[in-house]
Amino acid sequence: MLKVGIPHSLFYFYYYPLWKTFFEELGAQVIKSHPTSRLTVDQGVGLAVDEACLPIKIYFGHVKELAEKGLDYLFVPRLVSVEPKGFICPKFMGLPDMIRASVPNLPPLIDITIDISKTDRYLQRDIIRVARLFKASPKSARQAYQRGWQELRFCQALAAQGLTPQEAIRVWEGEEVIRSDAPQLRLGVLGHGYSLYDDVISMNLITHLRALGCEVVLAEHVDPQNIEIHAATLPKRMFWTLGRKMAGSGLYFDQDEHIDGIVYLACFGCGPDSLIGEIIERRMNKPFIMLTVDEHTGETGLLTRLEAFVDMIERQRRTTVENHFSAHG
Amino acid sequence: MKITFPHMGNAHIAIKALLAGLKLEVIPPPPITKRTMELGIKHSPEFACLPLKISVGSFIEALEQGADTVLMAGGWGPCRFGYYAQVERDILKDLGYSFRMVVLEAPDFKLSELLNQIKDLSQKVTTLEAVQATRFAWFKLNAVDRLEFCLAKMLPRVINKEEVLAIYRQALQEIDQVTTRPQVNQVTNKSTAEMEQLQQHDQPLLRLGLVGEIYTILEPACNYDIAEQLGRMNVEVYRSVYISDWVNDHLLGGLVKPSNRREILTSSRPYLNYFVGGHGRETVGNAVKLARQHYDGIIQIGPLTCMPEIVAQSVLGEVGEKEGIPVMTMYFDEHAGATGIQTRLEAFVDMLQRRKKSNQVWEQGEQLNAHVPGC
Repeated sequence: MLKVGIPHSLFYFYYYPLWKTFFEELGAQVIKSHPTSRLTVDQGVGLAVDEACLPIKIYFGHVKELAEKGLDYLFVPRLVSVEPKGFICPKFMGLPDMIRASVPNLPPLIDITIDISKTDRYLQRDIIRVARLFKASPKSARQAYQRGWQELRFCQALAAQGLTPQEAIRVWEGEEVIRSDAPQLRLGVLGHGYSLYDDVISMNLITHLRALGCEVVLAEHVDPQNIEIHAATLPKRMFWTLGRKMAGSGLYFDQDEHIDGIVYLACFGCGPDSLIGEIIERRMNKPFIMLTVDEHTGETGLLTRLEAFVDMIERQRRTTVENHFSAHG
Repeated sequence: MKITFPHMGNAHIAIKALLAGLKLEVIPPPPITKRTMELGIKHSPEFACLPLKISVGSFIEALEQGADTVLMAGGWGPCRFGYYAQVERDILKDLGYSFRMVVLEAPDFKLSELLNQIKDLSQKVTTLEAVQATRFAWFKLNAVDRLEFCLAKMLPRVINKEEVLAIYRQALQEIDQVTTRPQVNQVTNKSTAEMEQLQQHDQPLLRLGLVGEIYTILEPACNYDIAEQLGRMNVEVYRSVYISDWVNDHLLGGLVKPSNRREILTSSRPYLNYFVGGHGRETVGNAVKLARQHYDGIIQIGPLTCMPEIVAQSVLGEVGEKEGIPVMTMYFDEHAGATGIQTRLEAFVDMLQRRKKSNQVWEQGEQLNAHVPGC
């Protein structure tokens, strides 16, 4: 059985069920790297250029880990565009080239280009080419891809019920996820999924917020139509797919009366974050906090800022409640 | 209507000519000073790239001088530049300025659409006048490029660096002021001839390629004037981008003059196989091309956190190794200190000189061996 590696990083959090199902249907064994650890970070930082953002560095670490596992293939797609007229980020477009230039002793890469900004014809063609590596027919390739999408949609539906995408993947793989209840506050939490759902990059942001008694509402929990409606209020269409999702959800959170405040997690040096954060922040009427992380940030500092933010919202809420008592009986 | 626009090297000379030809009242942005940078840094997002900060500062200074319309270019990603105008509008509106922002968005980069947009700027001119204004601006742009090219060639060769710089600066001022083509030609011819007649030294020159993000290459305020610094060290700098090339490739569809863009993109293979936004692919392609032309070294420059340049930088190490050329990357932000930059440049140039010397000795030695009779 051929072994295919999938790094537990970047678009893992959005598309893992799709590709895992796809490769397994083709008869391959899928091996993913371990969740990000300090070792992954250190290895990635050592391989990537200094100026890259933390998620990219960590991806290098995951690739390194997989490269040592004796795989037949490593899946490192070139993600250009996952929707018409939308891009991800330049670094994703050059990822296979960056990996090849920096990580030694790589297994052969499956570096298909995913660019459906104009047409998905080339993607369909590439899927059949990949299937040929596993001696599968074009027909079974298409079927495997369809099955992948079914699983992905199932996983997305799971996430929409209040799980994070990372928890949804765990449930999908048969694990149990325990959810706490009776939250005090509802906070909208924004950020690129590959930073937010990676516990090392986000320094357990979501876990900390839940422990502080907050219910976390993510972009994945918002009706996609609502996201589009609110994103369309911006003066120019946002050409980053994830950026538009964040801006749309952010503006939606601002108007949703059940949301008490908004947390934005940005990675230092992230190009889109630097502008999207600014665009959202200038349009916000609710409490808003922007947290910037990189490989040097300490988790305690982050926790202190979160506690202060939550405290502030709670106090604000208490005073508004008091002010609502009628002075006239 | 008083219109202003962002700085980009010497492009202001051509843009000013264009807008004046459209019978608009122009307030050119004041030269970029420390204050411009400080204003921009204060009001821009923290880790936005330096060009955004500089242009915010420039706009504030122009608005202070009474401008009421801001002209800006757009784009459709994935580089951040495409969203600059929107963020800048937000920043300036929140600061309380009232102005109109005109964004030149060229969806498919077609000449006709660009012309229409230019004409829409001003209701007072006919299409013919708009065409004439555009052509005159293009003419001035090429004259400026010729001067810059001549300076890059002469600065490392002449003995008195101040003299050649003075001629160059004087010529730019004159081109900015004249209003007819013959006058532009006269200034350019006279100044380039003057530069070429200055006394030259006969020391060996290093040839170095400057590649990277276009704004950083074109705008000396954004790169601490490293082209001039290198010229003063007797290094001939080949710049990968001149503004007329960029306008030709991106706005005029490569129609006005022959373009080598395709060739450059081809040479970026197999190191970088896909478009990565901005000038990432051009950076790699140019580096490969210059290496094959036996340049002595390459410096890649860009603003800190520039996404396409980070991709390019990641593969440039491999380019350097396989093509056999030393490559150095320098990023600029508001914290870069001029002395630190000079030290790095000196060290790099020093290393290149030693390398060249040892290579030459080695080559001569090889030749000697080849000529030993009877062996």
